[in-house]
Amino acid sequence: MLDCGLDMTSTLNFLPLPLVQSPRLSNLPGWSLKDGNAFLDKELKECSGHVFVDSVPEFCLPETELIDLSTVDVILISNYHCMMALPYITEHTGFTGTVYATEPTVQIGRLLMEELVNFIERVPKAQSASLWKNKDIQRLLPSPLKDAVEVSTWRRCYTMQEVNSALSKIQLVGYSQKIELFGAVQVTPLSSGYALGSSNWIIQSHYEKVSYVSGSSLLTTHPQPMDQASLKNSDVLVLTGLTQIPTANPDGMVGEFCSNLALTVRNGGNVLVPCYPSGVIYDLLECLYQYIDSAGLSNIPFYFISPVANSSLEFSQIFAEWLCHNKQTKVYLPEPPFPHAELIQTNKLKHYPSLHGDFSSDFRQPCVVFTGHPSLRFGDVVHFMELWGKSSLNTVIFTEPDFSYLEALAPYQPLAMKCIYCPIDTRLNFIQVSKLLKEVQPLHVVCPEQYTQPPPAQSHRMDLMIDCQPPAMSYRRAEVLALPFKRRYEKIEIMPELADSLVPMEIKPGISLATVSAVLHTKDNKHVLQPPPRPTQPTGGKKRKRASDDIPDCKVLKPLLSGSIPVEQFVQALEKHGFSDIKVEDTAKGHIVLLQEAETLIQIEEDSTHIICDNDEMLRVRLRDLVLKFLQKF
Amino acid sequence: MDPECSQLLPALCSVLADPRQPVADDTCLEKLLDWFKTITEAGSSLLLLQENPCLLGLLCHVLKPQDLSPRVLAFSLRLAGMLAAQEDCFQYLQQGELLPRLFGEAGPLGGAAWTAPSVRSGWIQGLRSLARHPSALCFLADCGAVDTIFSLQGDSSLFVASAAGQLLVHILGLSLQGAAEGHPGLQTGDWPVCAQKIVSHIEESLRSAATPQITQALNVLTTTFGHCHNPWTQVLWVRLSPLVACLLEKDPVPAAHSLVDLLLSVARSSVLSSSSCGLWETLAQTLSHLSPTQAGPLALGILKLQECPQALRAQAFAVLLQPLTCVLEATAQAPGLLDSLDGTGGASVTVDTLLPSKAACVGLLCRTLAHLELLQPLPQRPSPWPQAPLLGATVTILRLCSGLATPTSDAGGHLCAFLVGCVRVQRAALDFLGTLSQGTGPRELVTRVFAVLLEYLTSPDSSPTVLKKAFQATFRWLQSSPETPGCSDLDPHAQLFLRELLPVLPKRLCSPCWEVRDSGLEFLTQMIGHWGGQAGFRRALLASEVPELTEQLLRDPESYVRASAVAAMGQLSSQGLRVTPASPEHPGGRQKSLLAELLRILSTDSEGFPRRAVMHVFTQWLRDGHADVAGDTERFVARVLQVASQDLDWEVRAQGLELALVFLEQTLGRPSSHCPYAVTPPVAAPPSPLAQALRPLCRVQLFEFAFRALFDCDRPVAQKSCDLLLFLRAQTASYSGPQGSGSVPEVASVEAALQRWQAGDQGQPLGYLEPEVVVAVLRSMDLEGLRGVLAESSDRVEKSPQSLLQDMLATVGALGEDEADCY
Repeated sequence: MLDCGLDMTSTLNFLPLPLVQSPRLSNLPGWSLKDGNAFLDKELKECSGHVFVDSVPEFCLPETELIDLSTVDVILISNYHCMMALPYITEHTGFTGTVYATEPTVQIGRLLMEELVNFIERVPKAQSASLWKNKDIQRLLPSPLKDAVEVSTWRRCYTMQEVNSALSKIQLVGYSQKIELFGAVQVTPLSSGYALGSSNWIIQSHYEKVSYVSGSSLLTTHPQPMDQASLKNSDVLVLTGLTQIPTANPDGMVGEFCSNLALTVRNGGNVLVPCYPSGVIYDLLECLYQYIDSAGLSNIPFYFISPVANSSLEFSQIFAEWLCHNKQTKVYLPEPPFPHAELIQTNKLKHYPSLHGDFSSDFRQPCVVFTGHPSLRFGDVVHFMELWGKSSLNTVIFTEPDFSYLEALAPYQPLAMKCIYCPIDTRLNFIQVSKLLKEVQPLHVVCPEQYTQPPPAQSHRMDLMIDCQPPAMSYRRAEVLALPFKRRYEKIEIMPELADSLVPMEIKPGISLATVSAVLHTKDNKHVLQPPPRPTQPTGGKKRKRASDDIPDCKVLKPLLSGSIPVEQFVQALEKHGFSDIKVEDTAKGHIVLLQEAETLIQIEEDSTHIICDNDEMLRVRLRDLVLKFLQKF
Repeated sequence: MDPECSQLLPALCSVLADPRQPVADDTCLEKLLDWFKTITEAGSSLLLLQENPCLLGLLCHVLKPQDLSPRVLAFSLRLAGMLAAQEDCFQYLQQGELLPRLFGEAGPLGGAAWTAPSVRSGWIQGLRSLARHPSALCFLADCGAVDTIFSLQGDSSLFVASAAGQLLVHILGLSLQGAAEGHPGLQTGDWPVCAQKIVSHIEESLRSAATPQITQALNVLTTTFGHCHNPWTQVLWVRLSPLVACLLEKDPVPAAHSLVDLLLSVARSSVLSSSSCGLWETLAQTLSHLSPTQAGPLALGILKLQECPQALRAQAFAVLLQPLTCVLEATAQAPGLLDSLDGTGGASVTVDTLLPSKAACVGLLCRTLAHLELLQPLPQRPSPWPQAPLLGATVTILRLCSGLATPTSDAGGHLCAFLVGCVRVQRAALDFLGTLSQGTGPRELVTRVFAVLLEYLTSPDSSPTVLKKAFQATFRWLQSSPETPGCSDLDPHAQLFLRELLPVLPKRLCSPCWEVRDSGLEFLTQMIGHWGGQAGFRRALLASEVPELTEQLLRDPESYVRASAVAAMGQLSSQGLRVTPASPEHPGGRQKSLLAELLRILSTDSEGFPRRAVMHVFTQWLRDGHADVAGDTERFVARVLQVASQDLDWEVRAQGLELALVFLEQTLGRPSSHCPYAVTPPVAAPPSPLAQALRPLCRVQLFEFAFRALFDCDRPVAQKSCDLLLFLRAQTASYSGPQGSGSVPEVASVEAALQRWQAGDQGQPLGYLEPEVVVAVLRSMDLEGLRGVLAESSDRVEKSPQSLLQDMLATVGALGEDEADCY
């Protein structure tokens, strides 16, 4: 199984979970059907024309119907965002396999899961809505609830216990490490340049190579750069995890982010940045580190609020070997690789596990707050949205591309604060993909259908699709696709003692052949040629052995022949041996030598020779021996 | 030649002739040749040789088989050619058979030294200098030099190859100088042998199948027609034009760029373009044969011609416009636009040419836009100028580049994919769009122009260079937008645009990219300079955050931005647009004077640019009588001069003198003339209180500043100060103050101090000077003499030939001074 991501956009259909009681949210009117029927008003609430489920947010799991997940042997994880559904798979499907991921992926993935669990668990909600999921009722609901797919499979968040159990099934791997899977294939993670520890995977047998490219970046940010060279010579390249916002250039967006932040703060407003606790936030903090002095923001406090804020900031500094070269060299100076260490030291950046406690006493405005969750449905961000939403001086700047910012904002309407959308997605865009594909030249590219056509809203943008030769094979949800290669060869090892016994014979310059008699031993998808067991000496008795005692039939083999028959010389040889009246005819495939007197026909073709004579075995054998003189035997 | 140089020359010649003493520096030899050139141009070369037999010795010496450095050999060849340029000297050298030995087969030509490109180049340049007289032509013919020159046209060194081509042109011109001049009707068959040989060679090359040879021939012809406008060039063209026309029949046309150059060179030649020798037909034929990429420069060249048939101009313009027509077609613009742009119907050809690759598409569009930009301001540009379609096409290109345009065809889709985010095309299109602001356009199109400009100014994806160009184009369009009748305010559309633009500007001023902040400030400064006095603009600006942000950028970490912020603040303040901190909207603002802030920058900023900017602002403020300055001008000037005099940047000090001059003019009550430094005798005697008028100058210590600057180690500062003092002296020329009131001892002490200053000891200040003392000192100083000295370049001593010879000898230790050290 390649990756194990969790679709969190389902949470956008739910009401936010406020950290403290929100009179506004609790007083939202219940939703009733057009005919006035209000049986759903406890479950569904209406806010500014949108309907939300008033319940603990639920998540959309990976496809579970198509295959029996208990039969999955291995899960390969690309990056920490792509493992968020792991507890659902490992704990509830009978999964007994192994999960492979790099160390930073596991550690930061754990932080993301921990944050998620914490956000949900710390505001327990008694109510659980399920009535609306009834298919007959769902049909009556307004969009987008009406169009939500497979709502019955939506699940509540997992627990910390499940997280720990899931993570214990992960086997840590390093970049370029070769891992044998049941002897059948070898898998290798490669740096993908997107996040700390993010990987692409190579899955290869002896003669076939499949690359799985997911969530990669060619931009120079904090992680180790993408390893492109190792992707070369792939039979198939499975490509996914491209940028979600191909029209937004990350550099431009960072500029936008900084400018809007500075403008807001200068006017006395606060800036709220809904974000994940790891990833782009490191780059943003680094940008701000360089920017705040030039923008005259040195005195503005930056707050990072997350249950895992401290761990995230500290982890980032210790994964030196997973960082880009510049940051790695800093470690040897020794200096912290990320400048946020200095921001913390100089008190410009402060971090808190939550807005309770120290934060409330340190809190000073105007300020900039980085906090989760980017969906605006749970986490400390909900509080800040409620707190600052009423003032037009404040700004919320969306940087994470995973959620539609308009949908995220829907339950907070009407909203006075400014909203800026600066999605920063460093993953590959289509120009970079086309350069990458030109560079690594896979025989076939397989990708989601969406990548093979321009986005529906910009159908004229031919540049926003994968353009490669041969055209990419696309797949859609729940489609089964046969990868375009056939396994033609298997590698077989030969035991040294058997190899010793071989007597190769050169049949052409540079080509030697030898016959082998051996036993093919196959176990765990590995094939070995072993010397055949010695034939037991015949005991002389006539007692017939039992069939099960039979050793392989080792009767003396006829020699193998090679070479070709020169017709003229062959005719001369025939004449020498007393055949006369010989006629040669050329055919499409070779020649026919006609011995008219003997009423015999010798067909000589490239790969066969037939002697056709009428019941004269003596003659046939004579002719056969003559033919054999022209061929090599071994 | 100076006797000193004559003395040094033999030693130098022996050094040059000595292979054990290599000359390390090529530039010395170049300077030496320059010097010989001046001598030979001014006098007789023969005399020079006779007076300095060492030169002949050197020339003879280099012919001996030895391991001489190529650069000395090349030098000798060039020197010999230079000397032989005069016919008597040529004969003299011929007597000794020196020239054939240097330039003939027996010379370096056949030796190992010929492998060095510098020797081949020296050989060509030597012959180029030598070929000045008929004897030289005979010599060239006798020694077979022309054949060698033919082969050198294909030399591996581009310099040698190019020089060989030029030499051929020179020889052709020389051989025809006498022969064909008197007989314009003389046909090529009757031309001198040498000329015929060259022409035959060119013909042979033009017939060749090898493109390099064709290129060589075309280049020789281009230079010929470019430089010679004698009637024989017409004969030459008549003979060769059929061969040139034959090139057009080949597919692809070989050496297309050189062919274009040749045809344009011929078309520009006054002798040829006025006569009917099939030139226009050839040009028309070429335009239709070449690909749009190759034909673009030819079309532009044709359109730039002063005189040219109208039909050809129309054809050329259509070729030039083809790529833009293609763009309009691909995006299905109104057919009316297409009609006026495309007169040939050849657009479909261009679609293929545009679209094979991104590089070809981008290159062609950029070139087309650049060509049209060059053409637009010319008086001979095509008329009627298709302003509206050009605007439409440029706006479309810009929209394609930003992904906004919606193409309706496959070709359009490809075009869009090629152009999206292409910075090169964006820059070229914005430049051209700016140029198009010189003309008018339909209202609807102008609205589209402003919309696309706003899009670029707003888009986070605009690169800093693109943004700068967008700002420049915006300013030009705003400038050209019609003013509201009756008042000089912006027209309502521009006002509307401005209302949308001003919210964008603060964001740009907060950009993390300093280039963006800088271009934003430059744009702002331009805007205020132009519309600062207009009510609509003032209202919009004051309602925005721009003035406040600009002030904050005075402390930007990037010095260029600080400098631009200083300029912008200076303008804002001059126009009364600075948000005064005490205003009711900013009750909590700190009370801080801009003057103090600028003085802080002037005295403490570590970079020169902001300090220079401050000086410019201060000078402008003083000139305009800015309120902050007018209150206590003397104090202001004194303070600024004091700070500027200590500045390490000479431009700041020079600008200080500019400010001093403004103050001086204001104090003496004279309007500044167009040429402020022109020394003109006063028309009437100044009123008696001149001493009174000089007193403020003394109080602000202007003289101390000017005298210090007079002895400044940077020449421009000293020159400026000298001019200022000369101006002042002229102003006070008629001053006849009470004799002796400036006591002699005081004047003497000032003069003594100035002498010390001149000697480099500027420690002691002059202190307060009485006007009478100043006038007396000014009169006693030899300011004219000083100006003469300052006018000479600082390396005048080092540039003397004597110094050059000494330097060259010194580098090889031949002066004998250091001999003792060798032991």
